[in-house]
Amino acid sequence: MTNYKINKQGFYGKFGGAFIPEMLHANISNLQNQYLKIMEDPDFQRQFKKLLRDYVGRPTPLYFAERLSAHYNTQIYLKREDLCHTGAHKINNTIGQIILAQKLGKSRIIAETGAGQHGVATATVCALMGIECIIYMGEKDIERQAPNVSRMKMLGAEVRPAKSGSKTLKDATNEAIRDWIDNPVDTHYIIGSVVGPHPYPDMVARFQSVISEEIRYQLIDKTGKAYPDHIIACVGGGSNAAGAIYHYIEEKNCNIILCEAAGKGIDTDHSAATSILGSQGIIHGSLTILMQDQEGQITEPYSISAGLDYPGIGPLHAALIDGQRAEVHSVTDDEALKAGYQLSKLEGIIPALETAHAFAVLDKRSFDKDETVVINLSGRGDKDLKTYIAHL
Amino acid sequence: MNPISQLFKNKKERILNIYFTAGYPNLDDTTDIILSLQKAGVDLIEVGIPYSDPLADGTTIQDSSQTALHNGISLQLALDQIESIKDQVTVPLIVMGYYNQFLQFGMEQFVQRLVACGISGVIIPDLPMDYYESHYKELFQSNNIAVNFLITPETSPLRIQKVDQLSEGFIYMVSRSSITGAASDISDEQKQYFERISNMHLNTPRLIGFGIHDKTSFDMACQYVQGAIIGSAFIRYLKEYGVEGIGEFVDRIFDN
Ligand SMILES: Cc1ncc(COP(=O)(O)O)c(C=O)c1O
Repeated sequence: MTNYKINKQGFYGKFGGAFIPEMLHANISNLQNQYLKIMEDPDFQRQFKKLLRDYVGRPTPLYFAERLSAHYNTQIYLKREDLCHTGAHKINNTIGQIILAQKLGKSRIIAETGAGQHGVATATVCALMGIECIIYMGEKDIERQAPNVSRMKMLGAEVRPAKSGSKTLKDATNEAIRDWIDNPVDTHYIIGSVVGPHPYPDMVARFQSVISEEIRYQLIDKTGKAYPDHIIACVGGGSNAAGAIYHYIEEKNCNIILCEAAGKGIDTDHSAATSILGSQGIIHGSLTILMQDQEGQITEPYSISAGLDYPGIGPLHAALIDGQRAEVHSVTDDEALKAGYQLSKLEGIIPALETAHAFAVLDKRSFDKDETVVINLSGRGDKDLKTYIAHL
Repeated sequence: MNPISQLFKNKKERILNIYFTAGYPNLDDTTDIILSLQKAGVDLIEVGIPYSDPLADGTTIQDSSQTALHNGISLQLALDQIESIKDQVTVPLIVMGYYNQFLQFGMEQFVQRLVACGISGVIIPDLPMDYYESHYKELFQSNNIAVNFLITPETSPLRIQKVDQLSEGFIYMVSRSSITGAASDISDEQKQYFERISNMHLNTPRLIGFGIHDKTSFDMACQYVQGAIIGSAFIRYLKEYGVEGIGEFVDRIFDN
């Protein structure tokens, strides 16, 4: 089996690296040199774990979904990241990065956001620590994720619209990177997924790995099994997926299932199914798989879900897919909406639209009756009510 | 010798390098702009290949890139345009673009095309030095294409030494830690940075770029290095006065 561990230069096999302009070099190389040292420091770990427990509300439950399981005739467990403070897994990463930023002596935080979940999670930890916070968000996303924009503002963050390109996550990320170039000394950039230049993919994956760390002992506790037969997650950049599979990557009997957003369908030009429509190249400083034309111009993606509306995937996932370690499904807007409604009615849980993509897999392939299937319930759907209701 | 290096040998001061975006304001302006800049007495010309996601560029260049892409420019077409006037061009040309564009084109083919078009150098801001050294140095050197690396106020002395070793034509000295900031006068902090670099006595000549926008800032930069690069200010001028305005723009910088 291919080794999916990151090397010193920040590559998972051929994917990853740090393809950044010189203006970012001082900050990125400083991060590369410091992140493991800081993260492995016992003092950091104490602070991180304490906040995850007392502030975020971890561990989140691993819940046996009885009615959903009966419906699909298999054993389905839900990892309840939707119960995290702020409503999604994103805060696992922002708690880690805010402590790290403080250790680095940074006094200003910037972040990009798509669905607004990462923006809210960043604004939250900045409020917690009393640090200035600026969030870049695509103009289109500001509109479709309005509740989260209000939350960020209430938390004291400034929300700056990204007006270029498709006015979504990719463009917000570009703006955040440019802000960092302009403010190299006092600013730390909290990237919200396992994307961007090394060390971000690895750093964010490590912060999110608390998810699979918990699944592991919770599953043993509930079923006696050391690993699930299948683990399912949606992939925008790939952070909730990376966190959910982190401790199972080497466990080759644990099947990894990733769900991308197909938008209106992979044969339309309104899609974000990166692994199918994409090819190898550079996006946001990482050599990975992205949607692009023959000239390397990055394609504007589309998905009903702002958090999956991104033309790339993290380099770890590119390696997992390239090495056929992961099974990938693309899920259309309609399939995701349907899955979101179904989960609401069967289990009383309204998932985020991003998360709903993961549940749509249940209709796309079958599972044996006694197989254990873990679905990472990455976030709750409060922010998406407007979209859900419009499609009622 | 590479024509860029030759230039720095022959002309010791007030070297003017103008950046413009291929395919802007109109798709077919690329060749006229090059020939007009040459006629006006510019020493070096940097042709920007528009990219969908130009991370290291400010709003003026972002906007011109978007317009040019909308006009239908592509790397292929920009190179064809340059090749069509190859016999008339004596000023050394540099192509600037993002790594992914050249990666998709095929790095070998790209370098072959540069040679065929009579282009002397490249600037690829997101191609890291180490990666260049291990993957492409041989390719560019054997084809006599100069690769110009950037330094910024944040670049460490050790790294600057490395840039000095690896850069072929000149070192692109980014004048400040701001790509999106408005044009302004050169600050004391910037002057200290320019002096600090001068005192390092590097082998490779330097050009200062970013924020150079008129005769005053050009003259100021020239006190510290052999010349300067003007990009955004030229594009703004081009937008307002078109290709016909180029002679006057350059005259004002040189104060002829
Ligand atoms: C609830 C939820 N799930 C998933 C995602 C997608 O991001 P990632 O792939 O990094 O987990 C987002 C992003 O905004 C989100 O809010």
